[in-house]
Amino acid sequence: MSALVAAAKKEGQLNVITLPSNWANYGTIMSDFKAKYGISITDANPEGSSAQELQAVTQLKGQSTAPDVVDVGGSFAAEGQQKGLWAPYEVQTWSDIPAAAKASDGDYYADYGGYVAIGYDPAKIKVAPTSFKSLLTGPYKNEVAIDGSPAQTGSAFAAVYAAALSDGGSFANIAPGISYFKQLKAAGNFNPVEGTPATVQSGETPILVWWDYLLNSEVKTVVKDLKIVIPTDGVYAGYYDQAISASAPDPAAARLWEEFLYSTEGQNLFLEGSTRPIELPALVSNGAVNAAANAALPAVPGSSTLQLPTIAQQTTAGTVVDQQWPSV
Amino acid sequence: MPETSAVAAAPESLEGGSGVRRFVPSLARAPKPVRVAARYAALLPFVAYVVYFLAVPLIVIIIGAFKNPTTGAFTTSNVSSAVHGVYLEGFRQSITVSLIAAVIPGIFGLLIAYAIFTAKRGAFLRQIVITISGVFANFGGVPLAFVFIASVGSSALVTTWLHDIGINIYTLGFSLSNVTGMELVYMYFQIPLMVLIILPALEGLRPAWREAAENLGARSWQFWRYIGGPVLMPSFLSCVTLLFGSAFAAYATAEALTSGSIALTSIQIGNLVSGNVLANGTNLGEALALGMVVIIAILMVFYLLMQRRASKWLR
Repeated sequence: MSALVAAAKKEGQLNVITLPSNWANYGTIMSDFKAKYGISITDANPEGSSAQELQAVTQLKGQSTAPDVVDVGGSFAAEGQQKGLWAPYEVQTWSDIPAAAKASDGDYYADYGGYVAIGYDPAKIKVAPTSFKSLLTGPYKNEVAIDGSPAQTGSAFAAVYAAALSDGGSFANIAPGISYFKQLKAAGNFNPVEGTPATVQSGETPILVWWDYLLNSEVKTVVKDLKIVIPTDGVYAGYYDQAISASAPDPAAARLWEEFLYSTEGQNLFLEGSTRPIELPALVSNGAVNAAANAALPAVPGSSTLQLPTIAQQTTAGTVVDQQWPSV
Repeated sequence: MPETSAVAAAPESLEGGSGVRRFVPSLARAPKPVRVAARYAALLPFVAYVVYFLAVPLIVIIIGAFKNPTTGAFTTSNVSSAVHGVYLEGFRQSITVSLIAAVIPGIFGLLIAYAIFTAKRGAFLRQIVITISGVFANFGGVPLAFVFIASVGSSALVTTWLHDIGINIYTLGFSLSNVTGMELVYMYFQIPLMVLIILPALEGLRPAWREAAENLGARSWQFWRYIGGPVLMPSFLSCVTLLFGSAFAAYATAEALTSGSIALTSIQIGNLVSGNVLANGTNLGEALALGMVVIIAILMVFYLLMQRRASKWLR
């Protein structure tokens, strides 16, 4: 570890990509890393997407500005693995990451995630929604939104996946999620504009189905009383993955960054950003967890064992959504 | 490059005998290749610009469209997918939406432009309309979508006012997130754009023609039927073509209003090349982009033909 720190300090520089500072507490994580190791961080294209991260890794290969590490959705981590873009690496706490949440060869590994949740403004919504079914049957005319096209936005895609689970679907079958949104639209409750903190604040879409941690970090900051509940009938968790670029210009700093993210300190920082760090169960059992931050997370209904769709299931579901979403 | 340095070294010479001193630039005596190069040198920045921002991306798209996303081998499956199923539907929808968003603003824009044109030159209102058109025509994307969401969205300002006086536009069938609502938003920048681009054509319509027609006993409709209309028609069509292109390429506004629930090619490309859901989609996205390039290329040919006709009269 001390050799790694020395090598990373010698590089003195780390290129990250697509990390918004108000997303999963990344702003604090980056500044703490800088302060701790004296390594400067360049965050390229903070508002970009997973696909753009992969394009940057491929296109900037060999340049000093190429990304060292990425934070991407699962199917993109797998795409990078197929294309040989990643350098395998196992952090010291590797065994604390559940097997379903990492590539067995060490190419990529889940870092943090959260649950699809219903966020609503209690000043405008008098009947509290608790489930996807209640969104369908409740008095929410034109009030329910997701944050964009599920064929493009990971969180909107997750919302459709969660809706599928509420209505007879499974990880292998997302189609009921699409028919759910058709019903929601037919009921007049679905407002297809792209839900944002601004549309919740303005009252255009007082109900937004989004990741619980983004509702907390982005919407609750403008709508102070925002309520966040995980729907009882559609419990869907999604995790992002870390990977180190095989052509990283700062390979040691990249590895040190991963060690930092998966240290108790890094994992607690994710937790303080209202996300669920992948090693949270280990943190809880060894008592190192930030208890206040953990208690503030929205409660997960039902069984607490984490279940994730496989990459193949996600890829199939993505194709189905791309083909069928325009019919909503 | 010995030739160039020789030219640079040669002094500006003054030729001509017996007291007449004529200025002859040294370039005129330079060897022919140098003269030709010099003549086109000023074009270089433009050519570089076109190559970098048009030719290179185009080549990248063409190569990518025929590549297998994982193996990188040659394949026609991307292009084949691009013209089938939901992607074919995307092209159909995009073309329909763009046609409507070109023809209606085309007509309204022409009428407004004509009203300005007949107004007295330098009139205050005329200046205002032209300036405002310039601003509105360039307002688009997510900010524009939000302007509409905040004004006529389901719980927005205007909607609430109307609701207070007993009109609920949403029960009357209005919506921002269907094709009609999206078209309405497109009008916001398409009509001013039409005003701006058709105005020069109207200004080419000489008052003398109208006077001559009237002196020969033509009525107003006859003037428009036999003179004004035919002269303006090519310009009108070429302007509508431009509007079509502008609507065809629109992306962010549509995305923000409909969450992608309307299949438009531009949105589908966005899903494939810069999304968070569809991995390995870049090459299919490039195939769709190639389809858009082909459609726009056909339009450009039409546009150039129309321009050529238009320039016959409107010089």
